[in-house]
Formats: sequence, structure tokens, C-alpha cells
Amino acid sequence: MRVTQGTFSFLPDLTDAQIRSQVEYCLKNGWAVSIEYTDDPHPRNTYWEMFGLPMFDLKDAAGVLAELQNCRKAFPNHYVKVNAFDSSHGWESLRLSFIVQRPANEPGFELVRQEGEGRKVRYTLRSYATGKPEGERY
Amino acid sequence: MAKAGETRNLRDAKERYRAGVMKYAQMGYWQPDYQPRETDVLALFRITPQEGVDPEEAAAAVAGESSTATWTVVWTDRLTACDWYRAKAYKVEPVPGSPGQYFAYIAYDLDLFEPGSIANLTASIIGNVFGFKPLKALRLEDMRLPVAYVKTFLGPATGIVVERERLDKFGRPLLGATIKPKLGLSGKNYGRVVYEALKGGLDFTKDDENINSQPFMHWRDRFLYCMEAVNRAQAATGEVKGTYLNVTAGTMEDMYERAEFAKELGSVVVMIDLVIGYTAIQSMAKWARNNDTILHLHRAGHSTYTRQKTHGISFRVISKWMRLAGVDHIHAGTVVGKLEGDPNSVQGFYNVLREDKNPVDLQRGIFFEQDWGGLRRVMPVASGGIHAGQMHQLLGYLGEDVVLQFGGGTIGHPMGIQAGATANRVALEAIILARNEGRDLWTEGPQILAEAARHCTPLKAALDTWGEVTFDYASTDTPDYLPTPTAA
Repeated sequence: MRVTQGTFSFLPDLTDAQIRSQVEYCLKNGWAVSIEYTDDPHPRNTYWEMFGLPMFDLKDAAGVLAELQNCRKAFPNHYVKVNAFDSSHGWESLRLSFIVQRPANEPGFELVRQEGEGRKVRYTLRSYATGKPEGERY
Repeated sequence: MAKAGETRNLRDAKERYRAGVMKYAQMGYWQPDYQPRETDVLALFRITPQEGVDPEEAAAAVAGESSTATWTVVWTDRLTACDWYRAKAYKVEPVPGSPGQYFAYIAYDLDLFEPGSIANLTASIIGNVFGFKPLKALRLEDMRLPVAYVKTFLGPATGIVVERERLDKFGRPLLGATIKPKLGLSGKNYGRVVYEALKGGLDFTKDDENINSQPFMHWRDRFLYCMEAVNRAQAATGEVKGTYLNVTAGTMEDMYERAEFAKELGSVVVMIDLVIGYTAIQSMAKWARNNDTILHLHRAGHSTYTRQKTHGISFRVISKWMRLAGVDHIHAGTVVGKLEGDPNSVQGFYNVLREDKNPVDLQRGIFFEQDWGGLRRVMPVASGGIHAGQMHQLLGYLGEDVVLQFGGGTIGHPMGIQAGATANRVALEAIILARNEGRDLWTEGPQILAEAARHCTPLKAALDTWGEVTFDYASTDTPDYLPTPTAA
């Protein structure tokens, strides 16, 4: 399966040139770009690990691309995403968030059903990968 | 009785309160020198007076009938601070290009309204006055709600930003589809359509306005099958998905029961129809806020009073009331689809729903500056006759913070529902990617879509099927002010 979180997951994986264009768009808008990685892609996993702080004062997209290379080197089999944070009043959240690396093999999720009364079912989504400890999953 | 055409205010109390009938203008409802205060509620009406009725008198009558007046003088006025409570028509001007029609500006003191009640606000502003005989027609065009009043409402339960955070979806419009056929599917078959559409790439599916609990599908059955579909699709994609479960019912008790059941099943969103009424909407907004649920509003019925320009209520006013009332989603037009929607008017509605502060924008029908006082933003929904081939236009007209709903444009796809959903998602992501790269969507849009279709057969099939479909009819609800050409 393919985890389709993020803004561009239905497109072929972005090239570094395409990633750079998107980062430039974010910087032009005054957004702070950050890199996050995880080996727990559960849709409710809000807190991926931060690869450093958001790059608040960065002006050149090359800086983000360099950090991205470092992240990929350190975590070659993790999911990695690029986020853009907009601090304007009334927004103060992400404006763009897209996956830039994913494991070669994505085993996906098991849907666990607990049958209750009145035909009600309590659903649990369990990643096949997270059965193993962090760092040994992909 | 006062002479026809007499619009002078009677200052002498004895004369003013003599028993009998007099002009509304003379009663004090026409005050051309009045300076509206920051805390006044302002309303702009389009009035079409009967032959022989002065526009100022007609405006005064509207002010009177929507505030303290009745048809005759009553001495009991004198027991009150009636000058204070009286609404004041303070400006009347001809509507550009529409002989016989006038814009009447009316100011209402804040004390006239109960805090936090759309029912009370509307009972005054549109309560009696629309059937008033001296007017041929009347339309409420716009309102300015003072921040002091705005702050008495809870506003959207979730709002655009928190909805995006909860769903973990940023940087693009959300995608939805209304399940079709809208009537007749069994719960099991209905859930099949939900599953296919969500798995294929949509973020949301939606009950239609008239899907409640009918012989072919009872509401509990629908909710159970739909949540199986939602959870299966989440497992298949690793994304958060939702389906707007319509909890509209005959009584509040039934609606609460259905909403509670949706919550127990883990739905992120519930849905109501505009026809349930303003108080019911506010109650459901409160429920949604207490239960961390997104509240989707279908504007069922609105065209009966929003579409014709001479009589009724502009949808921009409904948008304002609904932002106060506290819905998170509202259908607000597509521009390019099958339903009424002039581009400027629709952009005006969208701005009302999404901006922190609306500047005066006559070309988009916004007559007043409106400060939303920190009330959250409502996500507009574009639904009705749109397809993947219009993706660049939809983004251009409607922007990024919108739910684009492709019902027929998903379910009617020649390769099936999943393929239809995938076509829409790929088209959307390709257009967003290209826009961010700085490409011009208006000129290059079709080319960008054609390029994306090269790696996506379902998109190619969608473009081949619907690429040329347009709905080119003149709009009725258009702004009265055209762009003024400015010297270069």
C-alpha cells in the first residue's frame, strides 16, 4: 500500500528540484520550513520526530535541501516530510506538509474490529510495522 | 395625517404623539443626519417602493417595522426611551442601473437584540417587514454586525485551521463527494459507495440533504455501514477520512440522538440542513463544540429566498448569520458548476466565511466593513456539477480553503468510483504543485492536467468524459457595482 498523507502523495515521488520549488514557494510566503521523520505513520500520530527546529530565519531553499539530505542519511528507511508553518495571526499552523521520503516497503495497517452490542463496532487501526520497537520497523 | 412626500421629523412631542396615523419618516425613522455608532447593527436593504411612495418614506417604514413601530401612533411609546430604540434609516440611494430600486441603510441600537440569538436578530430584521404593502419588494443585501455583538456568539465549533489540524490535511482544498443516487440505496450499498470514494482518494463523502431515515434506509443502518466504510478506507490509505452523517430529523431530540450515535461510532463530522431552522442550527453547533465534531451545513432551501435580486435575503447575509451560529462547513457556490453562482458574488460569500476582517468590496457585494472579532473561519463547500477538468478554475476562483465536492464527477467515472476519486485527487495535487511552482493556472491549467493524466489513466478517462462540460448560463444574483476602470 502507499500511505497517502501529505499534500502530494498521489503524484509520483517528488524530485529534489520539485521539492526545492515547493520550499521556495513557502519561503516566499514567509513560512518557516521544518523537517520531520517517523517510523510510525498511523494517521493519528500527530507528533513525528523533529529533525531540528523549524528554520525560522532561513532565506535560501538550499539550506532546507541540505538538511533534508542529512535527515535522509540518518533515517534512510523512515517517512520524512517537509512542513511549512505560518505564524500569522488567526492561522498559526501549517500551510503545507508533504512527504519527501518513504520506506521501500509499506506494509500498511490492520483494521481490528471489536464487536459490541447493537451491531456497534469499535475500530482500531494498527500499523503492521509498529509491532517492532522504534528504529527497527522498516 | 401628514401630507404625501412629508419626510420631516416631527420634533414637537405633542404633535408627534397625537393619536392617528402619520408617515414613518415623521415618526423619526428617517434620520439622514444620523451618524451610525460603532456598536450599531447596520442593515442594507434593497427596496422597491410602490408607485407614489417616496424612497425615504419606504426606508423609514422598513426601519420602523423592523424595530419599534406599528401602523399608528401609540402613546405607550412615551413610557420608553423610544428615540433610542427606534431604528434609523440614515441613507437612501438609487441602485445603479435598476430604476425604481433603492439601497436603504438602517442602523439599529445594540440593545434591540438578545445576545447570541440568530432567532432574535432575524425576528427583528426580517420578521414582519417583508410583507409590508407599501413595498413591491424588499431584499436584505448585507449587514454589519458590531464586534460587541459578534462576541456574544460562539462561532464555528471547529473552524478551518483546527479542522485541517485534526484531519492532518494542509495546502490543498479538501475533496468530497455526495453519494448518488441520493435516494433509494440500501445501507449496505450506500456504504459501498462511501468506501470506494474514500479509498480512491477523497477526504470526505456526504449524505445528501434529503437523506434522513426512509423506508429504503434507516439512519442507524446508514451510520453503521458508513463508519465501516470510513474505517476500512483509513486502513487502506493511512489517512483520516470522514463522511458527513446527516442528523437532520423532525425534532431536536431525534437530532441529538443521531448525533450522539455518530459520535459513539467515531465519526469526525456530522451534518445538518439549513431547513432545520436557526435555533436548531445553534443548538447543534453547541453540541458539535462540546463533542469535538465538525459540523457540516447543507444550505437546503436557500434559493427560495436568495436567488432573485429584488426580494429575499442575499446569501452573503445567510453566510454571516451561519458564521455567528457556528457551523464549520457551508455550501457557498462553485461558480463553474450547475447551480447559480456569479464569480464575484460567490467570492464575496467566501470572503465573509473565511476572512478575519472583510473590507468594503462593492464589486463582490460587500457593503460594510466587518470585523469578525476572532470568530473562527467557516470552510466553504463547492458542490454541484463540477469535475476534474475544471480543477484549475476551481482553485483560481475559490482558493485553497474549500471543500470541492465531486458527486457525479466521482461516482459517474467510466472506470468506477475509486478511479473517479483518484482522478480528482491527482488533478488537484497536480494543480497545487504547479501553482506553487509559479505556473499560471488560467492559461496553463488544461495543459497541467493533461500532463498529470499521462501518469494517471483514471484522470485521462475523466478528462475525456467531462473535459468539455460547462454550465454557461447568466446568473441572476450578480453584484450591482461593476469594476471601475482606473487610469493607468
